[in-house]
Amino acid sequence: MITNAAPIVTRRLGYDDSHTRERYLATGGYDGLRKALTLQPEQVAEEVNKASLLGRGGAGFPAGRKWSMLRKASIAYLVVNGDESEPATFKDHLLVERDPHQIIEGTIIAAYAIGATKAFIFCRGEFALGFERLIQACNEAYEHGALGPRIFDSEFSLDLVIHPGAGAYICGEETALIESLEGKRGFPRIKPPSFPAVMGLYGEPTVVNNIETVSNLPWIVENGGEAFAALGEGSSTGTRLFALSGRVNRPGWYELEMSKTTFRDLIFDPSLGGGVRGGGDVKAFIPGGVSAPWFGPDQLDLGLDQDAVGKAGSMLGSGSIVVMDDTTCVVRAAWRITRFFRRESCGQCTPCREGSGWLEKILQRIEQGYGREEDLDLLMDVCDNISPGVSWPPQQTTICVLGPSIPSSIASGIRMFRDEFLAHITGGGCPMGSH
Amino acid sequence: MAHLSEENLVRARRLAEIYPKSRSALIPLCHLAQAQDGYLSEEAMEDIAELCGVSPAEVYGTASFYDMLHTEPVGRYVVAVCTNIACMLNGAYEVLEHAESSLGIGVGQTTDDGLFTIEDAECLAGCDLAPCVQVNHRFFGPLDAAGFDGLVADLRSGALADIVPAHGVLSRVDRSNGLEVDPVGDVAR
Amino acid sequence: MTDIRARSSEAAEEMISITVDGTPIKAHPGELIIAAAEREGVFVPRFCYHPRMEPVGMCRMCLVEVSGPRGFSLQPACFLKVADGLEVLTNSDKARKAQEGVLEFLLVNHPLDCPVCDKGGECPLQDQALSHGPGESRFVEEKRHWAKPIEIGHFVELDRERCIQCARCTRFADEIAGDAEIDMSARGDLIEISPFPTKPFNSYFSGNTIQICPVGALTAAPYRFKARPWDLEQVESTCTTCSVGCRHVAQSSAGKLVRFLGIDSDPVNQSWLCDKGRFSFETLYGEHRVTQPMLRKGDALVEVRWHEALAAATTALRDAQAADAASIAVVGGARFSNEDAYAWAKLAKSVLGTDSVDAQLGDGLPAETVLGLPRATIDEACSARVVILLGPDLREELPVLFLRLRAAALANATKLVEISPVETSLSSLAEVRLSYVPGESRLLAEGLVGDSEQAEAEGDALEDLRRARALIGDGSDVVVVLGRPSLAESGETIASSAAALHAGLPGARFLSALRRANVHGALDMGLAPGVAPGRVALASASEELTREWGELPLSAGRDATHILQSAAAGDIAVLVLLGADPLSDFPDRSLAKAALERVPFVLSLATNLDASSSGATVVLPVTADGERSGTTTNLEGRVSRLAAKVATPGVVWAPWIVATEIGARLGAPLGAATLESLTDEISRVAPAYAGVDAALLGDADRRDGVVVPFDKSLVASLPRPIDPIATPGITSVFEQGAPIRVGTGEPVGGQSQEFEVPNATPATALVMSSAVVVAPRLDAYSQRLVLGRSLYDEGTLVETSPSMQGLASSPTLRVHPSELAKLGVTSGDKVRVRSASGSVEIATTADESIDRHVVASRFTQDVAGECDLAALIEASLLATDVRLETI
Repeated sequence: MITNAAPIVTRRLGYDDSHTRERYLATGGYDGLRKALTLQPEQVAEEVNKASLLGRGGAGFPAGRKWSMLRKASIAYLVVNGDESEPATFKDHLLVERDPHQIIEGTIIAAYAIGATKAFIFCRGEFALGFERLIQACNEAYEHGALGPRIFDSEFSLDLVIHPGAGAYICGEETALIESLEGKRGFPRIKPPSFPAVMGLYGEPTVVNNIETVSNLPWIVENGGEAFAALGEGSSTGTRLFALSGRVNRPGWYELEMSKTTFRDLIFDPSLGGGVRGGGDVKAFIPGGVSAPWFGPDQLDLGLDQDAVGKAGSMLGSGSIVVMDDTTCVVRAAWRITRFFRRESCGQCTPCREGSGWLEKILQRIEQGYGREEDLDLLMDVCDNISPGVSWPPQQTTICVLGPSIPSSIASGIRMFRDEFLAHITGGGCPMGSH
Repeated sequence: MAHLSEENLVRARRLAEIYPKSRSALIPLCHLAQAQDGYLSEEAMEDIAELCGVSPAEVYGTASFYDMLHTEPVGRYVVAVCTNIACMLNGAYEVLEHAESSLGIGVGQTTDDGLFTIEDAECLAGCDLAPCVQVNHRFFGPLDAAGFDGLVADLRSGALADIVPAHGVLSRVDRSNGLEVDPVGDVAR
Repeated sequence: MTDIRARSSEAAEEMISITVDGTPIKAHPGELIIAAAEREGVFVPRFCYHPRMEPVGMCRMCLVEVSGPRGFSLQPACFLKVADGLEVLTNSDKARKAQEGVLEFLLVNHPLDCPVCDKGGECPLQDQALSHGPGESRFVEEKRHWAKPIEIGHFVELDRERCIQCARCTRFADEIAGDAEIDMSARGDLIEISPFPTKPFNSYFSGNTIQICPVGALTAAPYRFKARPWDLEQVESTCTTCSVGCRHVAQSSAGKLVRFLGIDSDPVNQSWLCDKGRFSFETLYGEHRVTQPMLRKGDALVEVRWHEALAAATTALRDAQAADAASIAVVGGARFSNEDAYAWAKLAKSVLGTDSVDAQLGDGLPAETVLGLPRATIDEACSARVVILLGPDLREELPVLFLRLRAAALANATKLVEISPVETSLSSLAEVRLSYVPGESRLLAEGLVGDSEQAEAEGDALEDLRRARALIGDGSDVVVVLGRPSLAESGETIASSAAALHAGLPGARFLSALRRANVHGALDMGLAPGVAPGRVALASASEELTREWGELPLSAGRDATHILQSAAAGDIAVLVLLGADPLSDFPDRSLAKAALERVPFVLSLATNLDASSSGATVVLPVTADGERSGTTTNLEGRVSRLAAKVATPGVVWAPWIVATEIGARLGAPLGAATLESLTDEISRVAPAYAGVDAALLGDADRRDGVVVPFDKSLVASLPRPIDPIATPGITSVFEQGAPIRVGTGEPVGGQSQEFEVPNATPATALVMSSAVVVAPRLDAYSQRLVLGRSLYDEGTLVETSPSMQGLASSPTLRVHPSELAKLGVTSGDKVRVRSASGSVEIATTADESIDRHVVASRFTQDVAGECDLAALIEASLLATDVRLETI
């Protein structure tokens, strides 16, 4: 069943000029901020708590709780994470390019709620057009009185910096992002002790929120947390922007009420994914970005619900769903995802730096027909040395979660398609004739 | 300090000032230098080191961590073909192979006329356009071989000049507000 | 005193309890798990962790299971701090699998070229592959390949295939040395260690990265393929490149010195060495090494037998003595051991009867100043409330003292107040820098301790003076690091400033920053006019001394400057040079030349044929560092032992033997048959050295030496905080019980002994001058010259070490840009610099940090060089005023 809840973060995207100040102001832009400024910061935070807004970056941590963990201190920074790089995820790209003012308004609201006077929006460098539009929108927000000293004549002042990334997946990890924002290599920090809320940017307490998360804030303030919480089910409240890609007829973004739609609906409904490209069957799908373990067709009827997906052994993650059909070689798919992690490993921890390359080489060898049967056990044991137990949620021998994300596709592939792996080994190459 | 132009030096100093600590401007300054030169020259990195209060080796070490920052010259158009999972499932490698053969260069190489450099890119967050390609970080897709040829022809003819600036230019808009007023003061400086 | 040696016992009460592998142990709050476990004998494998640097937890080799609110999890033992009740499993199945996994990962792309790797045999990667690795690799793929090796700096070569990306080298360069000339570049498995493409890694401390590299990635160009570790023989000794006296290990192969490694001596060098010290052994094998006695016959120095050379020397000395003992002068000895210096002081003062003896070359400070001020140790300086710097650029002259003070300032353990004519390497870390015009430091010192409102400063300078005064307060817990800021201003002005600081801040103590290796020992042994061994005046020499030495000279002697002035006037018949080269090192170049040309007989004891010895009448070959035994005294008064590692070449003698031989030939035996008997004699006759005899110094627990006067109540030494993999080779030798030969003595036992030590007599007999010495005012058309030394110069050590040749930069004159503009020249143009005594043409460098009244350059020993600014110095003047002219 698909609900027809009104969109929240994409509510303006029907207009071609949704990114402009004129359109934004004509569609209630900055009303949420004006209302927030009439409330106490704690009241704004309380509305977000009531909304049970889960972080939209991938980890799904409740935004309100994240704010309340902030150590009380004279300095607090807000950093908005727009370094979206999880493969198959393109929702933040959409929001940056199409509704930058909404991000800025949400940022100001969040800064107000946590008492930050300096905020940063870290925009993925490859979003050149989006970055340009964010800068434009930032300039306009200052002109509009929504940024700078005494916002809308209130006592609240905020300086906002739009910061460009420069191309490194790892900078989506919040502590790597902070390092990068400090002008360094994107090496994640060790937690504990470097939890951003305690020791974040320049060692000061810092909140890091995702772009989609803050984009929800104007609506929540305007309509109340309860209205948001009324959407969805259980802990998965509100709507969420899902990114659908891979072997589907209508790849794209869909803002859907949480929990109320199933993967099957998303992939097959004519108004959504429109079915498998070429008309074949779903062989497997990734429910939440390539760090997530894969699901098979038997999981298609799961709802788009954070807890349900978690219980089933994977994660809704960044809300990006990749569909593999029966033309897909799973060895090649696992190899390509592993290759991604090898190229994006920051190189700090030995298991991730060396393990990712080793795994990629084994997978490539199997795919090219030079595999050995013992390679499957070897793959699993190398994975085990990066993520002991190869289970979900994962353990790790590394500083950050990039390491334990590597085994997801390999373990899924071998567990679900062992025969296909063996066919590559015994048949001297890909039975489907791919490379 | 000599390499950045007068105008860019003014912009660079402003950038260094909007952050509580000037080292934070390192990456924005690298982008600025790339916008000027098309790549990150050694002379520019020495300027950046001085502006950020770090050593040139640290600028080089930091810049080389990031895919978008090129410490060697690249073509006027850097064509990044995404081959990650969503694009691969829709024929990205075929597009990449076509790009290589039609331009006569391999990944990481630049055509003799200095126009094109090909990159084998990780996910660019354009999966709804799969297989997608970025030229100087502007999106194109879905593309097949013919679409790729059309794109190259348009780039050569200048038909896309409004959409695709020369390599290195990230934003054609500068931050213009809030620079003189710092409500925070020098809290963390 | 702030005694860090007391730390372990003080902290005992506040220890917390943790469990390591089921065994309860005590740990210091805030201590890292890896350190706490190690103290209890549990070794956790590691690569990136180094006890002298901030942990980064990157290599993941030290993963252990640690208890937490949600059960046990794998955590890096090098990063996680202990907490009360913490349970640690270093050897559980899970921890072992993680460790084996990491080791296997480290080896997948490692070339395993151990047979041709310098590190093979002393390699932590090899060792831990054996102790904590899986035994075999399952990796069958193609390894990562790089071109190798590549030269990343003058001394350092990088093999990227062997690198395990632990970042020890880059962290050292940034954190410890402050020279971030290398960084990691690229990402993931393409990470490499890179200098900036156009700027090689030429930090003065680059060699330390080689020593702490846990694999064979960084190798030393001078050591590559020279030896296998298992063929190396080694002794512990003290570096004699400068007066910090870093403890090091000298290693030889096939009878040749091939490598020096720093030892983690907590009170001294904490495992670091400067590159000049690390690679200085090459000088033993330089082409100018003197290995045979030489006698001038006509125009040439001809190699002769010892007896012929000694006969010539003895005859000259006897004749001069018969005419007038004061016509004999002895200069140098500051690079000799204490025993050598003592023997020569005894020979000069008691046998030859001259007090014209000076270990310094006009480039130091008056002996009374060095010996008479209350003293501080390096540790005391590094933990003092305030350190006043009045001396040279420490990075150039005493590199490891620079590291120690830099670390202390960065850790906020002390605050620096710098008094200097030009900025130094520590200026950026100083709370306040007070700038003075050379020759006028006394005025500043008076302003600092007196009434600042009376000071002549105004504006910012007055504000700085006030801030400095506020910091210094009543002078309690203040240490003054005292040396020569510039060779172009007289040491008397600095001594006068020190006297003012001493008078105004009675609680302040002083740490000497004189540079020549054993200058402090030589002065302590009496190699200065008016001084007897043990920091006492000759006039108040002890009975013990008179008994040993007999008659002492009646007339007060001359210091080096006055000796050279007398020589130039024709009043010196025999000049003895004890490893000294006045032509290169005496600041007033013209005076040195005039003196050496005029002296009829120059007797030079030399290791290398330098500018002065080339013109000598007799040259006697003496031992160099690595070939000699004995003791040496560093700038804080720490007496430690020198060890002979290799045999002397040719017929080289130790200087004390030369003194004994000459004494015997003159009919006055010195009475010392062995080196040890000399050491013991010093401990008897030199009050400051009371009790510091050969037995005490030979004790294994005293191998870091003892600070004199010796306080026996101090604990011998801390257990050395050696990272088992930080100091390759050394620990394993300790642990395997191989003998550490100290000096020429027998292997020493491990047991600490009780020593009977007489109470040291405080040295009160030396009286510093309290005269106000200030140079005349600078006229409006002149500027004052500042000449400091640089680490790499034209000195013998650099010139005779192949690896160091060419490292000296060509000097330029640093001038404030507005002064250049006045002359109408631009940076890089040559100008003529004229002083009362000469003129020199030199290229300029515009430098905003230079005061307008000052021009600065470096002192060169390039006697024949074109831009030799020493030609402008006049020893009789307190400062060097120069005028710049266009050419």
